[in-house]
Amino acid sequence: MKYTISVLVENHAGALSRISGLFSRRGFNIESLAVGITDDPAVSRVTIIVDGDEYIVEQVEKQLNKLIDVIKVKTLTKDEKLERELILIKLRVPAEKRSEIMTIADITGAKVIDISLTTMTILLADTYAHICRLEEITKPYDVLEVVRTGTIAIQKGQDVMSLKK
Amino acid sequence: MRVSKAMVKCLEAEQVKVVFGYPGAAICPFYDALYESDIRHILVRHEANAGHAANGYARITGRPGVCIATSGPGATNLITAIATAYADSIPLVVITGQVNNDQIGSDAFQEADITGASEPFVKHSYLIKDKDELPKAFKEAFYIAGTGRPGPVLIDVPMDVQMQEIDFNYPKTVDIRSYKPTTKGNMLQIKRVIKALNEAKKPLICIGGGVFSSDAVNEITELSKVMQIPVVTTMMGISAFSADNELFYGMIGMHGKRIANKAVELCDVIFLVGARVGDRAIGNPDAVKKTTKVIHIDIDPAEIGKNLGVDIPLVGDAKLVLRKMLELANKKTHTDWLNELNSLKSEETVKPVKQGTVNPRKFINDLSDKMPKNTTVVADVGQNQIWSATSYKIRDGRFLTSGGMGTMGYSVPAAIGAKLADENHPVIAICGDGAFQMSFMELATAVQHNVDIKIVVMKNNFLGMVREVQTNVYKNHLTAVSLDGSPDFITLAKAYGIPAMRVDSEETAQKAIDKLASHKGCYLVECVVDDFESTLQL
Repeated sequence: MKYTISVLVENHAGALSRISGLFSRRGFNIESLAVGITDDPAVSRVTIIVDGDEYIVEQVEKQLNKLIDVIKVKTLTKDEKLERELILIKLRVPAEKRSEIMTIADITGAKVIDISLTTMTILLADTYAHICRLEEITKPYDVLEVVRTGTIAIQKGQDVMSLKK
Repeated sequence: MRVSKAMVKCLEAEQVKVVFGYPGAAICPFYDALYESDIRHILVRHEANAGHAANGYARITGRPGVCIATSGPGATNLITAIATAYADSIPLVVITGQVNNDQIGSDAFQEADITGASEPFVKHSYLIKDKDELPKAFKEAFYIAGTGRPGPVLIDVPMDVQMQEIDFNYPKTVDIRSYKPTTKGNMLQIKRVIKALNEAKKPLICIGGGVFSSDAVNEITELSKVMQIPVVTTMMGISAFSADNELFYGMIGMHGKRIANKAVELCDVIFLVGARVGDRAIGNPDAVKKTTKVIHIDIDPAEIGKNLGVDIPLVGDAKLVLRKMLELANKKTHTDWLNELNSLKSEETVKPVKQGTVNPRKFINDLSDKMPKNTTVVADVGQNQIWSATSYKIRDGRFLTSGGMGTMGYSVPAAIGAKLADENHPVIAICGDGAFQMSFMELATAVQHNVDIKIVVMKNNFLGMVREVQTNVYKNHLTAVSLDGSPDFITLAKAYGIPAMRVDSEETAQKAIDKLASHKGCYLVECVVDDFESTLQL
């Protein structure tokens, strides 16, 4: 099963290396890891998707908490989280096929963000499942490159993961 | 003030009296500042041993041990010692020199990314790129190393930073928002623990190294006495409970006492105190019955439930938790349970040995009867470790060994550190002929700095533990375990100016034991042990 773990971490040199190193050295399987700074520039937020069971996730949480730079760890449950991922797909598209790609983009909610004589690049920010579906649909075309950010997540409604509490 | 001088001032502010190290170019500014300090520097003969000596020192003083090395190979040589301390939760502050800031990443001479390389084995680390961060880093390093679950913290200081000027103020307090160990146990959980122990018919206490980290030896002894609960230990817990106490049933685990393992199997409540029960202690979680209630106190929440499923978890400092428990504990008796255990006790028979050799267990047992009660015994790794762990009866002293990492060569340098931590108590290192040859260069350190340690080398001409495995598991295919070519250890000791004698009979054994117990200054004893002596006959 996949779990979404959100981590608030001091924005120190080496902090990310400590986090990613922990996963390989303890044999935890990471599906994706996304990181960026928060509204507080001293703090980064890492979103990790882990494949495992309850025991593994508990261990991941505890081991992350042991890292001195880690301020807060929270596993977001299915019902309380909103998740999004961003994908960029560059396709080789001859002029006569452009409208097909436009249609796919339209239906899936993706955007064409670049076009050249021979290529089109589309962008989609959506859930993991939708991203995968777009990838699937574009497969029959000549895909040149796929870039994904990994999932980021936030809690629904009024719940926040804040340092102030 | 120069940063290098500030580094020394930081150590002085932390009441550091002795440091262990090995200089080199990138740490020279620091050594230059040390020249004017009263801090005693012990020059080792290999950086790893600076780490092990600081480890022994830390375990006796209860304060972080300090070791120092230069950049590159000096720093990488320390890694095994750092990993050893990490595995046993021993507080160390490790200081390394680094190449100049602007050379970092250029593969400069003696450059190694030591904060990166040591990452899996440190509790935390610092690379001081900004001179003004140094005092805070030192303050935090000592705090992090010595609190919560202790461990090694590394501070890497580029050489040019060491030579810069700062306004030096050592911080008085530490506040790390992301590091607040839970020390006080949850009262509700404490009451649940008491209730479970009260209701138990066959309770058992299992002590680990955490009892030393939290200085809870007296508390656990008292609780065991009040509630009349028998006690076993892991290897790291040895000497946290007196071998003379009638409630003591020995070490558990793969190489433990049969009766101790039996107690684990038979009990209905097992109370783990600062014991993570790693695979060598409880190899198979089925060794504990499914119906047995498991209670676990640990300051590290990640250890609770990691190796053994737990019924009542209790995060906190063992000393504080046990003190609370003692306020609530009622007097109990467990006569039937203790009788049951005692009926399983069997006298250990002393196996006769080949002419010209001694029985290592008997030698160690006799040694423990003659040595002063407060002796610290440092066992190395291998057969000698098992013989020492199971045959040396520790009354009031300490038993040190590399329990988690199993680092060969630990005993001699750690003994030097342990002795320097308290020069008024006897310290004895027990090692095999394999491990001894990994660190006998430190005899020079002991001689140079007048550190009075006693050394027993169990000589069986083999890497005995591996030899035993090859005999039992690999059809006696003895591969790469013969130690032919070893020097004469008596002559070797004498080359260092250390008196020594060989033990190959009951008579010489008693003579040697007298020497070890009474000789002033270093003394080495070589015990001739049968090549095929085993560890598995308990």
